[in-house]
Amino acid sequence: MIFTNILNDTLRAATPLILAALGELVAEKSGVLNLGVEGMMLVGAASGFIVASVTDNIYLGLLIALVAGIAIAFIHAVLTITISTNQVATGLALSIFGSGLSAFIGADYVGQIITGLQPFSIPILESIPVIGKAFFQQDILVYLSIILVFLVAWFLQKTRSGLILRSVGESTTAAHALGLPINRVRYLAVLFGGAMAGLAGAYLSLVYTPFWAENMTAGRGWIAIALVVFATWKPMRILLGAYLFGGVSAIQLILQGLGVDISPYLLSSLPYLATILVLTIISRDATRIQLVAPASLGKPLQKL
Amino acid sequence: MFDFKLEPREQPAKIWLVLSPLLALLGTVIVGFFLFRLLGKSPITAFTTLFISPLSSLYGITEIAVKAAPIILIAVGLAVCFQAQVWNIGAEGQFTLGAIFASAVALVFANINNYILLLLCLLAGIVGGAIWASIPAILKVKFHTNEILTSLMLNYVAVSLLNYLVRGILQDPQGYNFPESAPFSEFASLPSLITGTRLHLGVIFALMATLLIWGMLQQTFFGFSVRVIGASPSAANYAGIKSDRIIWLSLLISGGLAGLAGACEVLGPIGQLRPFISPGYGYAAILAAFVGRLHPLGIILSSLLMALFYVGSELLQIKLGLPLALAGVFQGIVFFFLLAGDLLIYKRIVKSQ
Repeated sequence: MIFTNILNDTLRAATPLILAALGELVAEKSGVLNLGVEGMMLVGAASGFIVASVTDNIYLGLLIALVAGIAIAFIHAVLTITISTNQVATGLALSIFGSGLSAFIGADYVGQIITGLQPFSIPILESIPVIGKAFFQQDILVYLSIILVFLVAWFLQKTRSGLILRSVGESTTAAHALGLPINRVRYLAVLFGGAMAGLAGAYLSLVYTPFWAENMTAGRGWIAIALVVFATWKPMRILLGAYLFGGVSAIQLILQGLGVDISPYLLSSLPYLATILVLTIISRDATRIQLVAPASLGKPLQKL
Repeated sequence: MFDFKLEPREQPAKIWLVLSPLLALLGTVIVGFFLFRLLGKSPITAFTTLFISPLSSLYGITEIAVKAAPIILIAVGLAVCFQAQVWNIGAEGQFTLGAIFASAVALVFANINNYILLLLCLLAGIVGGAIWASIPAILKVKFHTNEILTSLMLNYVAVSLLNYLVRGILQDPQGYNFPESAPFSEFASLPSLITGTRLHLGVIFALMATLLIWGMLQQTFFGFSVRVIGASPSAANYAGIKSDRIIWLSLLISGGLAGLAGACEVLGPIGQLRPFISPGYGYAAILAAFVGRLHPLGIILSSLLMALFYVGSELLQIKLGLPLALAGVFQGIVFFFLLAGDLLIYKRIVKSQ
């Protein structure tokens, strides 16, 4: 039973990380680093919660969160793509702005409770011992996040549009010489990243812990960015990384439940320490990271 | 899509360099106007409360200085990092560690009955911030770990540590189980500069640090190296500037200054260690550093503006019942408009045929 609960919580904790990291991966593949994931998630979480609690419709909340994520990502797209501002500075500012904006619009909704999105069972499969209840009694977004990973992997590797996206991120000069619509591709990639981050945020406020609190994402947007590096820009590996981090988050709850005598405050820093540790192990080989990262990542297009 | 295109200018347009911050402020006011209308508040009343009320009393002005001091201290250090292309996002955590270290010294040596204690506390704060900043420095230099992510993760770890300590060994035994430390003694407290206000010595430290950093950037080889890296990383590499040293020094300087800011905050306005010691100074300072264009004098002005937003939003909360988070919204909007203004500085808008 405990094992089933750990698995169940791991999958749920990983879902917002998968969504946000997948969006960031697509943006980075097009050559745009967006450090605003945390801010976009927060705005998604707040707006999704507000709409769901006013209209009593969870799905409308999720949709609005997605749109809000796109709107916030649009700021980043205009500044970094059209105006060629520094991507690091702009992304950081987007995170700070998103944190302030979400706290502002959500101020009246702190402490309100809604009925979150409910899990549903997949017949037959859910009766498999131990793992059945963990894997096949989840909410729809858990399944959707996994499907999206496969879809993005297929899109990037097997479609012409995916190839164009990757070549824009690998070499802006070559892509420009080929006459590819660099800016349009980058806009779409960044907006997709915003949509995914908005949805990831709403997963937290509408499903994972159905309430809104200031800065409730608690750094998950940043962990998602770290996951992209961990996954060495390969979609399928995001699943692996997200379940690893989901597991670390779940361990906290398990240890507390077992009455292990460690302060919950110290335990709550585990996911962040795990992120630092894993990033350090991955980054040791600097040349390898440079080889797998999109070559034009962070570089604006200088049209001559 | 558009019937005009952008051409890069050969030289940044000097006039827009001066005008763009003013335009950014104007843009922010326009957005604010619609925002207040949307919220059903009179924009005139709201703007008077936000911009004029804080400046019309001694208390308001000193409160702006009290809030600007930590932002200046942190932002000046961050400007050194950012110019050297070292992305220290961990100032909030370094600030927290500075506060923890200073508080620990103030509590452990509470029997020292002269101002040597205060000096020890401040030094401890600098050390605490520098230690926290040295973690991303080690990881970046030894293992090439991205300092944006490591320094940021450490912000969350620092908050966990603070929460643990104010409920553990640093908790006041006579404090009715509140998560707070004992109040600091007179000799571990920053003296007030103007009686009846919270204006404290930290403001002087902030101005001194600005002068010191400015001098260092202009006069020393380290400052020269930082400026070369800022202008062209590849040229710096070619010139044999040792990037590891630059990473270490810039992180230690900014960590130490953030730690000092944290120490000043608990030894001054707060007077004890608590779970909430910063309204996000470490993040506001990132914006202040960029809005001030990484220039020490610009940073003083932009930090004062960020502080004005904090104080003005507090007044808006009291008088008009608007959420306090409005400060962060305005801080972000100013920044976006300033970035957008770069378009006018570096590009020329021409009509395409």
